[in-house]
Amino acid sequence: MSMTSEGGHGAVPTGPEVPVEPKASTARRDWPLYEVFVRGKRGLNHVHVGSLHAPDDEMAVHAARDLYTRRNEGVSIWVVRAADITASSPDEKDPMFAPSGDKVYRHPTFYEIPDDVPHM
Amino acid sequence: MSAPTLDRPAAPDEAALQAQFDATIAADHRIEPRDWMPEAYRKGLVRQIAQHAHSEIIGMQPEGDWLLAAPSLRRKAILLAKVQDEAGHGMYLYSAAETLGADRADLTDKLIERKQKYSSIFNYPTLTYADVGVIGWLVDGAAICNQVPLCRSSYGPYARAMIRVCKEESFHQRQGYELLMTMMRGTDAQRAMVQDAVDRWWWPSLMMFGPPDDDSPNSAQSMKWGVKRHGNDELRQRYVDMTVPQAAVLGVTLPDPELALDPETGRYRFGPIDWTEFKQVLAGNGPCNDERIARRRAARDDNAWVTEAATAYAEKHA
Ligand SMILES: [Fe+2]
Ligand SMILES: [Fe+2]
Repeated sequence: MSMTSEGGHGAVPTGPEVPVEPKASTARRDWPLYEVFVRGKRGLNHVHVGSLHAPDDEMAVHAARDLYTRRNEGVSIWVVRAADITASSPDEKDPMFAPSGDKVYRHPTFYEIPDDVPHM
Repeated sequence: MSAPTLDRPAAPDEAALQAQFDATIAADHRIEPRDWMPEAYRKGLVRQIAQHAHSEIIGMQPEGDWLLAAPSLRRKAILLAKVQDEAGHGMYLYSAAETLGADRADLTDKLIERKQKYSSIFNYPTLTYADVGVIGWLVDGAAICNQVPLCRSSYGPYARAMIRVCKEESFHQRQGYELLMTMMRGTDAQRAMVQDAVDRWWWPSLMMFGPPDDDSPNSAQSMKWGVKRHGNDELRQRYVDMTVPQAAVLGVTLPDPELALDPETGRYRFGPIDWTEFKQVLAGNGPCNDERIARRRAARDDNAWVTEAATAYAEKHA
């Protein structure tokens, strides 16, 4: 099972049962797909903003600047080939995250503290 | 499989997947690319997003025709920025379509081969510079009415693309309106030019919302799935209600003798739309359909060497 990024073919063909149009093998005369991440301003994380096609890494950064930061939306850009991203599973409702569901004691609200205890 | 921690239990059956999908929609949560979704949902979305992306791309042409003729450096810079935005909108949307398994180059081919549609509005010519202002005011104005509810579309990547688009559309509409206000303060000839442009674009802008709900084959299902949030007629009515007072401030007359405020509803009644014209334009018989497609085809074919050269360069330096 291939487990890749959100964009492009990588995300969708989770198995032979998922249709892709046209068949992925016949489609690639386009440049490879890159996922783009932008840091909006200093102090914030890079956030996924979308994808684009580019012939190489450097051109992908330039294209990302033109496409996703025309109005000062960013101070830093990451691009990564969509095919190089490994994701948790093809399903967003991932059983991998189920075990954390019953560990309520990891949250501060699990603990009852009298109201008159200050600063807690 | 190399990473044992990622192993999944046996795939749930189709009915369970469908139930999970329905529950996500019912809770007004977003569907994300790697979720299971009904094939009709995927197909319908690809159709709608592709059509939307094509409209942004073809939509560059009518205004692009005025880039070299815009009357000042200021107006040229504004128009260039606006047209560049529309290219960006197309890219955001193709990017969203690709998360559904569509292929970008293939979508462009389908547009050029007329297997997929784009908004009928872009098949009308821009005869004067006032058309640039009227497109910003009316066409982008109508697009805003259509697009704002799509920011809450049930499909995550589409909704996120629309948020990005909507942030930029306000500039489009305002620059158009400001351009028209400037012309309306000018000479009689300039005012006549604005009125003429309004006369030509008003009815096509109403058609941008698509056929009436009872004649819109895909609308009902799209609404059920939360892909669309409002019917065509409701959105069209909102647009009319917003635009009539703007026309009054501008000092132009909207070319509809039946346009009148309904005192009971507080909304504007308007005359019948010529759906025969709409269908003709959509079928490829508008004034500029052939020209628009020919130009898009030329852009693809004449620039193919750039794609190939960059690919060759990348391979050499890999
Ligand atoms: Fe746009
Ligand atoms: Fe626009």
